Amino acid sequence: MTASPKVWAILAMSTLESTQALTSFDVHGAANPSSAPSRRPGAMVSAELAMHLLRQMVVIREFEVRCMQAYQDKKIGGFCHVYIGQEAVAVGCTAAIRPSDPMVTAYRDHGHALARGMSANACMAEMFGRVDGCAKGKGGSMHMFDREHNLFGGHGIVGAQIPLGVGLAFACKYEDEVIHERKSDRVALAFLGDGALNQGAFHEAMNLAGLLNTPAVIICENNGYSMGTSIHRGTTMGHNLAAKAAAYGIESAVVDGMDVLSVYESMSLICDRARRESRPAFVDMRTYRFKGHSMSDPRKYRTREEESQYEAGDPITTMKGRMIEAGMLTNEAFKSILREARAEAKASVEFAESSPVPAITELHTDVFVEPWGRYTGSSDPKMLGGARREPSFRAIENSEGLS
Amino acid sequence: MSVREIEYRDALNEAMSEEMRRDKRVFLLGEEVAQYDGAYKVSRGMLAEFGERRIIDTPISESGFAGMAIGAAMMGLRPIVEFMSWSFSLVAADPILNNAPKMLYMSGGQFGCPIVFRGNGGAGGQLGSTHSWCVEGLYSNVPGIKIVMPSTPYEAKGLLKTAIRDDDPVFFLESERMLGTKGEVPESEYLIPFGQARIARAGKDVTLVSFGRPVLFCLEAAETLAKEGISCEVLDMRTIRPLDIGSIVKSVRKTSACVVVDQSWSFASPGSEVAAQVHAACFDDLDNFVHRVHTVDVPTPYATELEQEYLPSARRICEAVRACLYRA
Ligand SMILES: Cc1ncc(C[n+]2csc(CCOP(=O)(O)OP(=O)(O)O)c2C)c(N)n1
Ligand SMILES: [Mg+2]
Repeated sequence: MTASPKVWAILAMSTLESTQALTSFDVHGAANPSSAPSRRPGAMVSAELAMHLLRQMVVIREFEVRCMQAYQDKKIGGFCHVYIGQEAVAVGCTAAIRPSDPMVTAYRDHGHALARGMSANACMAEMFGRVDGCAKGKGGSMHMFDREHNLFGGHGIVGAQIPLGVGLAFACKYEDEVIHERKSDRVALAFLGDGALNQGAFHEAMNLAGLLNTPAVIICENNGYSMGTSIHRGTTMGHNLAAKAAAYGIESAVVDGMDVLSVYESMSLICDRARRESRPAFVDMRTYRFKGHSMSDPRKYRTREEESQYEAGDPITTMKGRMIEAGMLTNEAFKSILREARAEAKASVEFAESSPVPAITELHTDVFVEPWGRYTGSSDPKMLGGARREPSFRAIENSEGLS
Repeated sequence: MSVREIEYRDALNEAMSEEMRRDKRVFLLGEEVAQYDGAYKVSRGMLAEFGERRIIDTPISESGFAGMAIGAAMMGLRPIVEFMSWSFSLVAADPILNNAPKMLYMSGGQFGCPIVFRGNGGAGGQLGSTHSWCVEGLYSNVPGIKIVMPSTPYEAKGLLKTAIRDDDPVFFLESERMLGTKGEVPESEYLIPFGQARIARAGKDVTLVSFGRPVLFCLEAAETLAKEGISCEVLDMRTIRPLDIGSIVKSVRKTSACVVVDQSWSFASPGSEVAAQVHAACFDDLDNFVHRVHTVDVPTPYATELEQEYLPSARRICEAVRACLYRA
């Protein structure tokens, strides 16, 4: 997809030389998509791509609705953080990169996993703690990994994934330039929530990315809240995150994350540049989570009015409206997308329910690539003997590793 | 003296509130402790009573706010730092392990660090590998820290008050699984000294030694074993450091058998330390070597079936006791 000048107009790209070019959003509130210029998908993305973006968002939404149900039914344990409201971000971002580009995210990760290509079945079965889950039921909701689709995890510790993301980018560049001695043209995406802006890991990772010029695109999914703390209560300069990026010599953009076209087009440009010049970028992606932080959050820290204002800018409704306007979609066609997505989500629950629980012996596998046997220093009779099965990952095989 | 039943979380709340009323140098900081009333509602109502200068919401910056609190403690304030989960304290490992416990020593006694770090620890909630740390396994290796693990609302309140008045760094390890459990707590003030184990159940055939939540598993196992004619003495150690080895030795001299139940990993753990000390002190009294029940030596799995197997449980404690008494 080539960039049209029109796209540049909606993308507020700040460079070190021209930070003034940054659109100054009112603290969080201005992400209201209705204020974005009306845009017709036909002009920028093909009907096929538009359909793909819409469908993926609907699939994630329906999947998350099922998740919430399953959680309430106590079929999913632990913590569960749903992505409803933020679908445009993961969908638009993943559409803008190549399948081979690595990606890493935080614990609100179901949307990223599905957008990246993980099947709803594998994702749901993971949350049910079953063997057909993406990590055989060992990781859970917050820790979604998918090697095939280059998803290097959901990560539960706030901020932990950001340095890892810079490391993924470092490895891309190193492999291309040092091992293969060719110009690098890859990027890695690292997602974080606005709460993670306050972790040392973020600042250290940003400095390293800037210092070593790693092609990491660091995307802050700025939904305005970390649990019950609004961004202005927890973060200095929350209204101008570009200032933080500028401090590390990294270019940044503010993107309307409630508009999947905006996300897709902006990210295409940002990633193109990161590839071409093999350097980092930072994105302040303005979005909103429609539900509570996790499944037990009465949301007393925000008003229902604020919620309905954002809900009026539902990314799915917006995209649907645009496509109908552009003659790419009918109401009937949308209904069938919805039906299919619902069926897929429902089927994933059935799949997860019928998937076997892991054998107890699974407790001991995947601890080491080269197992030397379980720790035998214990008097616990259950702890004697060797690990049964080796993990699939072997860095020394040529078929594995970086490329 | 009247006694009522209150939840473990409210016992913690009372301890903090009473100490804050008593001493203005005491303040609480952490993620979501103020406006949200605490992620687990432990600090419910405290912002309303003490105001935002003393109940302080922090950003998600564990290293920063732990370090800041240590600096304040060196100045003579008495901070209580809440980690939403002890798992997140790993982000603050340097300040809590490299600063707090060493300040007094490094300064030749000039600067102390009267600070309490508290929060939830332990697995069992299907939170997966990153969120299920039993940090006592790691942290009890470090000299200069007092480590407390209350197993009931009564212990929680009495021990937390002692922790807040203590002039050294205290790591106070609560359990999310227990926050809602109720127990008897007196209305009037009491403190529980560190380093004094409690006999949670008296018995004569075997000594069960445990800390924190697994004490409850021991009591459950003791019920089962009683039906088999095995009489268990359960010791709730209350603190890992200082370790009340005297009470353990006294009990083991009586029972001649010892099983340690520790929810951390077995390698270089509080459990292995207890075993080593008991072997040294009771070598001639023991009928068998000290048996140990730990979490299994792997990262914490998510799937509930795996996690339940991973944790010390009444079933696994019973197995270890039978093995220790040659009744397996
Ligand atoms: C180091 C660490 N501290 C605290 C937590 C608990 N916690 C989980 S999510 C969260 C809020 C994060 O908010 P944000 O980064 O904005 O992401 P969002 O939930 O909005 O997606 C907190 C405090 C954690 N997981 N890790
Ligand atoms: Mg957020």
